[in-house]
Amino acid sequence: MIVDTNENNDRRDVDLDRPSLEAVLAHTWKTPAGLWGAMATVDHKIIGRRYIVTAFVFLALGGVLAILMRIQLAQPEARLLGPDRYNQIFTMHGANMMFLFAVPVMEAMAVYLVPLMVGTRNIAFPRLNAFSYWMYLAGGGLLWVAFALDMGPDVGWFAYVPLSGPQYAAGKRADIWAQMITFTEVSALAVSVEIVVTVLKQRAPGMSLDRIPLFVWSMLVTSFIVIMAMPAIMIASTSLILDRLIGTHFFNPAEGGDVLLWQHLFWFFGHPEVYIIFLPAVGMVSTLVATFARRPVFGYLALVMALIATAILAFGLWVHHMFVTGLPRLGESFFTASSMAIAIPAGIQIFCWLATLWDGKPIFKTPLLFVIGFMFTFVIGGLSGVMVASVPFDTQVHDTYFVVAHFHYVLIGGAVFPLLGAAYYWFPKITGRMMSERLGRWSFWLIFVGFNLTFFPMHILGLQGMPRRVYTYQPDMPWHGLNLFVSGSALILTAGFLVFFVDAIRSAWQGEPAGDNPWDAPTLEWATSSPPLSYNFVFIPVVEGSNPLWERRDTLAVGGGLRTDRRELIITTVGAAETEAREASPRNSIWPFWTAVTTSVMLIWSIFSPWAVVWGSIPVAIALIGWFWPDGTPEDDS
Amino acid sequence: MKEQVVADFSGLPLHGMATASPTWWGTLAFMLIEGTGFALAIAVYLYLMSLAPTWPIDAPRPGLLPGTLVTLVLIGSVVPNYLISRWAEQQDLRKVQFGMIVMSLLGIVPLIIRFFEFPALNVNWDSNAYGSIVWTLLGLHTTHIITDLVETLVLAALMFTRHADNPRRLGDVQDNAMYWNFVVLAWLPIYGCIYWIPRL
Repeated sequence: MIVDTNENNDRRDVDLDRPSLEAVLAHTWKTPAGLWGAMATVDHKIIGRRYIVTAFVFLALGGVLAILMRIQLAQPEARLLGPDRYNQIFTMHGANMMFLFAVPVMEAMAVYLVPLMVGTRNIAFPRLNAFSYWMYLAGGGLLWVAFALDMGPDVGWFAYVPLSGPQYAAGKRADIWAQMITFTEVSALAVSVEIVVTVLKQRAPGMSLDRIPLFVWSMLVTSFIVIMAMPAIMIASTSLILDRLIGTHFFNPAEGGDVLLWQHLFWFFGHPEVYIIFLPAVGMVSTLVATFARRPVFGYLALVMALIATAILAFGLWVHHMFVTGLPRLGESFFTASSMAIAIPAGIQIFCWLATLWDGKPIFKTPLLFVIGFMFTFVIGGLSGVMVASVPFDTQVHDTYFVVAHFHYVLIGGAVFPLLGAAYYWFPKITGRMMSERLGRWSFWLIFVGFNLTFFPMHILGLQGMPRRVYTYQPDMPWHGLNLFVSGSALILTAGFLVFFVDAIRSAWQGEPAGDNPWDAPTLEWATSSPPLSYNFVFIPVVEGSNPLWERRDTLAVGGGLRTDRRELIITTVGAAETEAREASPRNSIWPFWTAVTTSVMLIWSIFSPWAVVWGSIPVAIALIGWFWPDGTPEDDS
Repeated sequence: MKEQVVADFSGLPLHGMATASPTWWGTLAFMLIEGTGFALAIAVYLYLMSLAPTWPIDAPRPGLLPGTLVTLVLIGSVVPNYLISRWAEQQDLRKVQFGMIVMSLLGIVPLIIRFFEFPALNVNWDSNAYGSIVWTLLGLHTTHIITDLVETLVLAALMFTRHADNPRRLGDVQDNAMYWNFVVLAWLPIYGCIYWIPRL
């Protein structure tokens, strides 16, 4: 039986005058003040903001580890760090930057921005979103608390067996690494499901597939990569824990296991991981280029196709991380070819952006500076990428600083530069205040110059034979001068990041008020106030083109008729975004928090005893039932 | 920015069923995640097999009886599962209540047989890599059944409360039925792997 509440007690938005409509919506979508409200909130903007801040805290912590390594390596036979501590530090640096900063920060930006950009009021499955943040926080806490207790993993960020197996890695350090993976993968998978469903089903009416903003496209494609790639690392880390805890033999050659199996599983995830970090950055670049070139991006279709092509190719590259393991020649040739092929979609994107800038009237504000810094840096990283895709070359430089230089160029150049540009770009939307243009320029030039001076010489160090992951080197090696230069340059890079952090913190309180659309940008997140209200939009927008705010300058086309007594948003079809339903969006709930607490207890306990999975899952089940049991609010109406 | 109302959403339903429901898409996405996980676990099985000089490694072939019984029960359960989905679509609460009890039982029965299936593997998880991967495959799928059984039990209880008479909850029943189909479907390649590949 359908409960028809249309006739009684509900008030529609169009029936109310403006002040009372805003008051009613604010009441319905409210996050209560206080600790309890903060823990129970399901507002994607509050959770997204938390996610972003937490990820930047991990960036800063990872940066501190990098500085420690650079001080240690500045001179031969240095004594600041011993070999054991150094092993922990480079492992922590890599694991922290990949799993606690780079992937989560991109997911975090999407959690905040995607619902606004597609014109809806909250992310799909908002309680899952709350849960994912708590899981991420718990995983990060696990890793860093373990490190503080001298239990930090020391087996490298890819934790190769047999080094990480039961024979060579006594104690719990490797388990901490493996279980931290579980935490971050659970949270990343949860966010990916939310993004996929938000993009497919909650787009504003009229936002057909060819009108989706490119950042949203990039997050949709990224989410599918996460969904297909992350199960591989969960299988890998779980079997590693099983080998270490209950004596399975997945990676033990003496009993029919295989160490290379680990590398296959790890890199089947690990290579797509690079694109999980890179594709969101590509979406940011496309967005920023259009706004600051003052014209729609050139080659929209080509850019979308390039995203999808990159995602598909991403799954055919993993063996290029294993060229020196003695795999069959034919297989290696295939992976060389596919590794080089990925330069094609990357090149298409670069040329589309250049064409947009060429044909537009670019305004060189800080966000665009970071985009141009990205193009320069990323192209260099791409060139050394084509070099290491060739087996004979890779054999020479494998495990040397050349590889360290290459992947910092593609990761910092390819993802961190766009991210910082995006931070300057969206900061006014998130906080309502502008960051400083003057400090922004200082920060850009310090980071750009510091980065290149720090990492370019590492190519040469690698060619001179300096291996990765050595805690020191002898004075008779020819590496001293360049290492000192690199460490000195790292100080410039650090100064650039410090300026950025100071600017962000200062501007959050004292920046110039931004207004709704300070950059005169074309996408929907700029149609609402800065920062957006809890319900994002007073009325759900109706989209008539790819750049709604440029196509209609003074008014925003919207639809009315939604209920105001429950959290309501619009469900549309996947392709053409035609309206299907007025769906309810769940209210705040404390249960996602308790589910994360009980899940964390189970996961950490299971490092020590297999029975944790049995007994620990009971509280998890209870918390989940609390989460899903209906509470009879108007959101249950149907 | 000033708004101009150009569309009227007031006539739209308060909740969409099937592809108009976010939950349906969410269920699909989780099936894709778990499906990828199962596919990779099977890939590990085949990879280890390709390295081993003999397969199974140092163990007799697994006994067929319990595993085949589980398979038959699971395949049989698809029929009431299909019916309950239809009853939910027709919003026939009495039949759905009955169906949920049946489906709860059909979740418990394979678990009981599964209890005998582990010893019938004729190898321990810590004997060798072959034992490790077959125990993992069977363990993964057992977790799958348990998760869906718990969900089914909770939904069955819900169907006897005041919250039941609501298309939203009946949509949950449909999504749960869809997920059970996936649990059955995911079992078939695992069954083939564990019991029939060693007999090839």
